[in-house]
Amino acid sequence: MSFLGKLSLDAIPYHEPILVFTMAAIAIGGIVLFTLITKYNKWGVLWRDWITSVDHKRLGIMYIFVALVMLFRGFSDAIMMRTQLALATSGAPGILPPEHYDQIFTAHGVIMIIFMAMPFMIGLMNIILPLQIGARDVAFPFLNNLSFWLTASGAILINISLVFGEFAKTGWVAYPPLSELTFSPGVGVDYYIWALQISGLGTLLTAVNFLVTVFKMRAPGMTLMKMPIFTWTCTWANILIAASFPILTALLAMLTLDRYLGFHFFTNDGGGNAMMYINLFWAWGHPEVYILVLPAFGIFSEIISTFTSKRLFGYTSMIYASGAISILGFIVWLHHFFTMGSSANVNAFFGVMTMIIAVPTGVKLFNWLFTIYRGRLQMTVPVMWTLGFMVTFTVGGMTGVLLAIPGADYVLHNSLFLIAHFHNTIIGGAVFGYLAGFTFWFPKAMGFKLNVRWGKAAFWFWIVGFFVAFMPLYVLGFLGMTRRLNHTNNPDWNIWLYIAAGGAVLIMFGIICQVVQLFVSFRDREALDDETGDPWNGHTLEWATSSPPQAYNFAVIPEVHDIDAWTDMKEKGQVYQSKASYEAIHMPKNTSAGVLMGLTLTIFCFAMIWHVWWLAIVGLVGAIGVFIKRCYSNDVDYYVQPEEVLATENAFNLSGSAKINSKGIKA
Amino acid sequence: MLIRNLCNIALASIVLVLSGCSGGVLDPKGQIGVDEKNLIIIATVLMLLVVIPVIVMTLYFAWKYRDTQTHEIYAPKWAHSNKIEAFVWAIPILIVIVLGVITWESTHRLDPYKPIEGKGEHLTVEVVSLNWKWLFIYPEQGIATVNELVFPANVPVEYKITSESTMNSFFIPQLGSQIYSMAGMQTKLHLIANEPGTFKGFSANYSGSGFSGMKFNAIATPTQGDFDKWVSDVKAKGNKLTKANYDELAKASENNPVTYYGDVDDGLFHTIIMKYMAGMSGTKDMDGMKDMKHMEGTENMDGMKDMKAMDHMSHEKMAEHSATPSISQGEE
Repeated sequence: MSFLGKLSLDAIPYHEPILVFTMAAIAIGGIVLFTLITKYNKWGVLWRDWITSVDHKRLGIMYIFVALVMLFRGFSDAIMMRTQLALATSGAPGILPPEHYDQIFTAHGVIMIIFMAMPFMIGLMNIILPLQIGARDVAFPFLNNLSFWLTASGAILINISLVFGEFAKTGWVAYPPLSELTFSPGVGVDYYIWALQISGLGTLLTAVNFLVTVFKMRAPGMTLMKMPIFTWTCTWANILIAASFPILTALLAMLTLDRYLGFHFFTNDGGGNAMMYINLFWAWGHPEVYILVLPAFGIFSEIISTFTSKRLFGYTSMIYASGAISILGFIVWLHHFFTMGSSANVNAFFGVMTMIIAVPTGVKLFNWLFTIYRGRLQMTVPVMWTLGFMVTFTVGGMTGVLLAIPGADYVLHNSLFLIAHFHNTIIGGAVFGYLAGFTFWFPKAMGFKLNVRWGKAAFWFWIVGFFVAFMPLYVLGFLGMTRRLNHTNNPDWNIWLYIAAGGAVLIMFGIICQVVQLFVSFRDREALDDETGDPWNGHTLEWATSSPPQAYNFAVIPEVHDIDAWTDMKEKGQVYQSKASYEAIHMPKNTSAGVLMGLTLTIFCFAMIWHVWWLAIVGLVGAIGVFIKRCYSNDVDYYVQPEEVLATENAFNLSGSAKINSKGIKA
Repeated sequence: MLIRNLCNIALASIVLVLSGCSGGVLDPKGQIGVDEKNLIIIATVLMLLVVIPVIVMTLYFAWKYRDTQTHEIYAPKWAHSNKIEAFVWAIPILIVIVLGVITWESTHRLDPYKPIEGKGEHLTVEVVSLNWKWLFIYPEQGIATVNELVFPANVPVEYKITSESTMNSFFIPQLGSQIYSMAGMQTKLHLIANEPGTFKGFSANYSGSGFSGMKFNAIATPTQGDFDKWVSDVKAKGNKLTKANYDELAKASENNPVTYYGDVDDGLFHTIIMKYMAGMSGTKDMDGMKDMKHMEGTENMDGMKDMKAMDHMSHEKMAEHSATPSISQGEE
């Protein structure tokens, strides 16, 4: 073994034009960014206000930044796949050989689930959840920063695989024996293992952090059954994370032992059993989809009740429905492999359990409907996403129940029907929810609203693009087209593959509109300014703060008497009132420990992937060293002085009262 | 509304496909496939009973209660109604009960391990997925083929399936169900063709770079006589598939041409399943494994009996061996 392990110049795929182009684009983009930051002298700001920040709101914004960057990456993969399949019809080879194409569909799945949807969800939760429960930060602010950097490390690793070596060619599920050393001797699967392992650790720590936050740090008067619905659905999701992510950790550890130390957990020989991997993978993987979609359900609930200016219908029902979904989510995993040869009793049991999940989900849909009923629905961009979701997700739910019937799954399993189904639920459910929440809470996080016109354009491109891209896949599934094919030779399929590619282009226009929307909104931020902190006449406590909120969120922790705590306070005229004096506020200090641990652990993982053992030791020891140093540090907090609080609060309350007077809201 | 139009287009296209001549799972040519198509249609119709009203209600409510409709009733604090709550829980529960009964019944009826009854004696084919081609062994006829499967129409076929290496899924959409092929294990599938024809078969589980070319034609001959003639034609070609030949064939290759073997080593399929057990027990007597049927469900007890015969194997090894196949068939 050489000094650099398996790493050599051959690891850089300079003979692949697409990759060289990508690398060049990344390099140029990086240089431009570096120059701009240097030119405007922003390195200090970046370090102090963002990289080392323990403020949950800033961490949330960084999570969403990562999610958007990874959305571009994952979507580029999607466009390449659809292009390949549209070109490689009737026996033509297309532009991407299996060697490359197989990496792309694997990367697309991993990125979209782990590095787009998860950070997006966690980002929104970070920004909003502590505000909704009237807390000044999360329970463990440093841990929150560390979680972010662990997620970022995973994302960085997966992008490094573009330049050094390859990514896994196994599909995002990485089923053995294909993912074992015998059939995947390259570093691709190792990138997969370490990227997932490190980001999974971050996710698990986040869940623990937010569970403690919710259980210990709610404002006085906020009983569990007075918690805002988004906080509730996030809490269910966090319970699911805490229960399911350790399975992923253990699973990846076992695959690591197989690949690095010649163990036989999942190998063909030596008594290994790949079926164990498949069971464990989905014991994590199925709860994972509810982890993604439950917070989105919460977002839709908040949006619908806010923009109908009405209470959420069936709040209690919603909470129990979410709980039922969470628990049932753990006993349905086998529906991912009805075709593995289980007996009829086993298959039938898991089929029926899966269908039962449709009951609480259906209840939620009805509850949103009856929230609109006798309300005053404002057709805002978040509402459009919500209505789009309700229509799209209903179709996705139906096809899901169909797949839950083993007899139907025997012919639809692994087909493009399945692909259409889960995109139908993940895009139409989770992603629409995040994009709705993004628009809804953007002014809270950034201080100005998003441009409406471009937002509506983005919505229409997305939803039309979605249907054009994925409805043909349902048809292709019925026509017998299976997933992960590199090329096809069936004239009946061609037209549907072309249409699907067209749909992907429409979605691309949607994403372009969103980029333009961000740019235009930033340019017009004066006009779109949210001075009051409550642009939508909201119901819950996040709207009680300024936009963006002060670092300490609440100068005085509010007292809660109602589910819609902020509405209640507005009705009682207890808002925007300055006090004569404030108490000093205890706050956590920034720390570089998180980013340093992220960096050292990235080095550790990279070295493990390439078998550079000395560097792996350096990375791991470095991470542990930073952690120990942080543990012994006493310089972790500070106080915001009363005079400072008084000045900020007076300025904010003045503008808030002005709004109340101009709108004639009872104060 | 654009959304509704799109849904209609989507539904229309599905109906178009339903109406036939497509060569997919909605154009079945075998009894299992026909039953599964009917199941899909019944379940879809049942669900549309809820899905269509929900979509219509969504769009209707959004339109009716839009904020400019100031004459509509506005009830900002109305958030609970026992009647509506009962209704919204009851409707999905009812549908799921009906679907659940259908699921339970159909899953047992369509169990891939269950022999097809009332159609006479079945033909046995042993299926091996290799990187990246299919090997079909006909133990009763003593022949084998690569990437071509031939059987008589209207005769039930029992497939015993395993894999040489990675996991695949054996699937002929127009005949019905698919089942995974896994190394060191045997899975089972029963299918029948109701009419003669050539149907597309392939692997429905990604297994590496040559996966897209893992296709074969499944040919249902019009009569048993045609099939017998095909068998004798293959036999006439000679070309024996021995253990040594097999190792050569097992090497990774893509887009293999159809190949015929007029003769096959006895017990080759068994050897393939058992190859990963070799060298583990330190004993040569692996014959005890031959009759291990515990992954085949119905013959569980035989397997147990033979397991006892292997007591000379170390306990640890035994545990690994028995754990391997038994999970594939959760027993009733």
